[in-house]
Amino acid sequence: MPSLGHLDELEAESIHILREVFACFRRPVMLYSLGKDSQVLLHLLRKASFPAKPPVPLLHVDTLWKFREMIALRERVAARGDVEVLVHVNEDGVRRGISPLLHGAALHTDVMKTQALKQALDKYGFDAAIGGARRDEEKSRAKERVFSFRSAQHRWDPRRQRPELWRAYNTRLSPGENARVFPLSNWTELDVWRYIRREGIEVVPLYFAAERPVVARDGALILVDDGRFTLREGERVEMRRVRFRTLGCYPLTGAIESEADTLDKIIDEMERSRVSERQGRLIDHDASSSMEKKKQEGYF
Amino acid sequence: MASLLRFITCGSVDDGKSTLLGRLLHDAGCVPDDQLAALRRDSRRLHEGDAALDFALLTDGLDAEREQGITIDVAWRHFHTPRRHFIVADCPGHEQYTRNMATGASQAQAAVVLVDARKGLLPQTRRHSYICALMGVRQVILAVNKMDLAGFDADVYASIVGPYRELAAKLGIAAVHALPVVAPAGDNVGARSARMPWYGGPCLLELLESVEAEWAPPARFRLPVQWVNRADADFRGYAGTVSGGRVARGDEVVVQPGMQRARVARIVTADGDLAAAAHGQAVTLCLDREVDAGRGDVVSAAAQPAPVADQFGCHLIWMDEAPLLPSRSYLLRLGTRTVNARVTAIKHKVDVNTQAELAARRLELNEVGYCNIDLDQPVPFERYADDRTLGGFVLVDRQSNATVACGMIDFALRRAANIHWQHTDVDKAMRAHAKGQKPLCLWFTGLSGAGKSTVANLVERQLAAQGFHTYLLDGDNLRHGLNVDLGFTAEARVENVRRVAEVASLMVDAGLIVLVCVISPFRSEREFARGRFAEGEFVEVFVDTPLAECERRDPKGLYRKARAGEIRNFTGIDSPYEPPQRPELHLRADGHRVEQLAGEVLARVRALQG
Repeated sequence: MPSLGHLDELEAESIHILREVFACFRRPVMLYSLGKDSQVLLHLLRKASFPAKPPVPLLHVDTLWKFREMIALRERVAARGDVEVLVHVNEDGVRRGISPLLHGAALHTDVMKTQALKQALDKYGFDAAIGGARRDEEKSRAKERVFSFRSAQHRWDPRRQRPELWRAYNTRLSPGENARVFPLSNWTELDVWRYIRREGIEVVPLYFAAERPVVARDGALILVDDGRFTLREGERVEMRRVRFRTLGCYPLTGAIESEADTLDKIIDEMERSRVSERQGRLIDHDASSSMEKKKQEGYF
Repeated sequence: MASLLRFITCGSVDDGKSTLLGRLLHDAGCVPDDQLAALRRDSRRLHEGDAALDFALLTDGLDAEREQGITIDVAWRHFHTPRRHFIVADCPGHEQYTRNMATGASQAQAAVVLVDARKGLLPQTRRHSYICALMGVRQVILAVNKMDLAGFDADVYASIVGPYRELAAKLGIAAVHALPVVAPAGDNVGARSARMPWYGGPCLLELLESVEAEWAPPARFRLPVQWVNRADADFRGYAGTVSGGRVARGDEVVVQPGMQRARVARIVTADGDLAAAAHGQAVTLCLDREVDAGRGDVVSAAAQPAPVADQFGCHLIWMDEAPLLPSRSYLLRLGTRTVNARVTAIKHKVDVNTQAELAARRLELNEVGYCNIDLDQPVPFERYADDRTLGGFVLVDRQSNATVACGMIDFALRRAANIHWQHTDVDKAMRAHAKGQKPLCLWFTGLSGAGKSTVANLVERQLAAQGFHTYLLDGDNLRHGLNVDLGFTAEARVENVRRVAEVASLMVDAGLIVLVCVISPFRSEREFARGRFAEGEFVEVFVDTPLAECERRDPKGLYRKARAGEIRNFTGIDSPYEPPQRPELHLRADGHRVEQLAGEVLARVRALQG
């Protein structure tokens, strides 16, 4: 028997982690952001429970500023009907009219994403939330456990994480605690793309290069995705051939100029890339350690 | 196909480990341009204009660490070359965090041990190498760093490598590859150095690409069941990851720890059924007949089943701030199974710096001990040396749910196999029927002088008057006989309560209503006691009298002595009492007459008699 390839090994490990969640938690949920990692996670979720339907619902925390193509994909996944898709919006934030264009990245993300996620977890009483975070994404994530425990206030304390040995995961919850589970911990961005190609997984078309209307702002190329986008003095919309490496709220996510309009070309571009993945995310650049701070406050 | 190697880096605080790892990522071409720019910026900011890159900043991630200048936790890094993917556990060097090293080593196939050429082998070098060996890492790359500060001297290098090889051989590390490096400048990291022509071997990156990735995987088929998949009324599949060997459709298997045999009817995956599955694959097995199997069971090759036992000799690495207390009940997780376990003896603890065996009464954080451990049910297992999945376990504290230790099974203790449970024809139900009562354990807990014995005594008198068969086990009285050998340290209190619980359980088995009066200050032990009884048999009675009131009463003059320092470890004074969180009965003793309190207990007993 030949030994497993690198992707097979990662796939088996992720399925193993998901099955631990099925068996050990009362009410787990998968956080579904519609990005490439989410699509891989959903694919693995279906594999882990096959032939049963996934015993875990998906939760999309909608900031109302996601790219329209992301919402279209969400509707297609919901229509397939094998897995329940829940959508949560922070209505309080909507009433306050929170917008990334008016209030900036930090406040918008805190209210519409971090606070909204906490609301949803409390509302449904979820005791475990499966997420697509990878250790290679960002420095503070390199220290994250596969099973990461949060206090009743959803806070992460890097000094109080449980040691994780072998695959003997300790999944016990103390009263009020909940778990975040990261089955893709050991994947890299390149692994994700190679797996998407191998398995034929559908992703949002924005990952592929195409002519799109963009505005150069704060050193990033922002896609004009709908009529809410307002131009500042001196800005103008131009058509450029761009694609996205990560997807978030459209006014906060920078595109890259690229010719990669197929999976093969994306992977080829990645292999030659000299720039890290989250570089296009405006939210990460407040301070050098801002991701660590956001995680302590409950950001996913 | 590119393979995957998981390795760990370990060394002392100042050996330059973070720098070496940062340099390795850089030389492998895995540091993106934007991170490199940030590194250039941060290096200048931190080192006041010094133009050299500080590669340690690439891996020292958290704010808290940067402030303290140390690595506080295991960080996992990825990099790759055309030949291999690497996952590195960056393990901190300093003393308090040995547990993280064990965590990293548990998943590693190789270790890079770093030594400062000027300092040579330090106690921590030995410690880390010992832990690597203990965790089953059989290959070590010894990187002798800071050779520039040792004049690139071949003799200095040789004087470190020689003794290290001896140490490694003693520890059971199969292979040592040594090399001299200068981490910040990159000598022998990503490319061979011209500054040390006397070293003719490969550089670190080349070594990592070539070391053996597969430590011998277990050869016999094992699949610990994670989850039972019931897709519909007709489908029942056992989902899990093959942890050893290989299974094919039609193979005969046995579901352990029982003896049920069956044949594999299907090996289901989302990509279609397989004819066979091997080590590392996540699959779902369907069997050809109905068996009673669930999470925690192990499906094994019928011809080569795993041994089954409930007592082991094992190494423990203690990972919690609260020490190991022998006799305390912990949860033990082995494979996918969780059972109750107690450490019955610490045979010795190991000085991790010298590997000397020392006598020990308890294990503290970061200490290693060789222990006997006792489970409440037999489990299928393997020796850790043969199988990390079915030989490695974690212990979990029942109260805090913290992972407090990891354990590596050495062998099953003979007694377990030789002592069998003797079946008796007359059972508890028959004995209880003969007495015309439902047996119960009334467990009175509370501070010394709270009134436990006074209330229990009155309850027993009234029960006896009504024709019930009872017995009162008083903690003080038992210390004159059964527990005469025990003192009042935390360890002794745990053992005291364990014995009382076992005796009470025998008496309930005999059909009696047992009243137990012991301070039993710790929740864990009371939960252990509860676990000895069937549902509804155990009634925890919290005699809740404020400390000030107990001290005012002081019927035995003990509080006065404790305050005077004549008695040590006195509950409520210099030893803690953990009040019950959900007792069946909460007697607020302050200001109530004893008759009234006894009445509450009697009412509960009558209600349970139905």
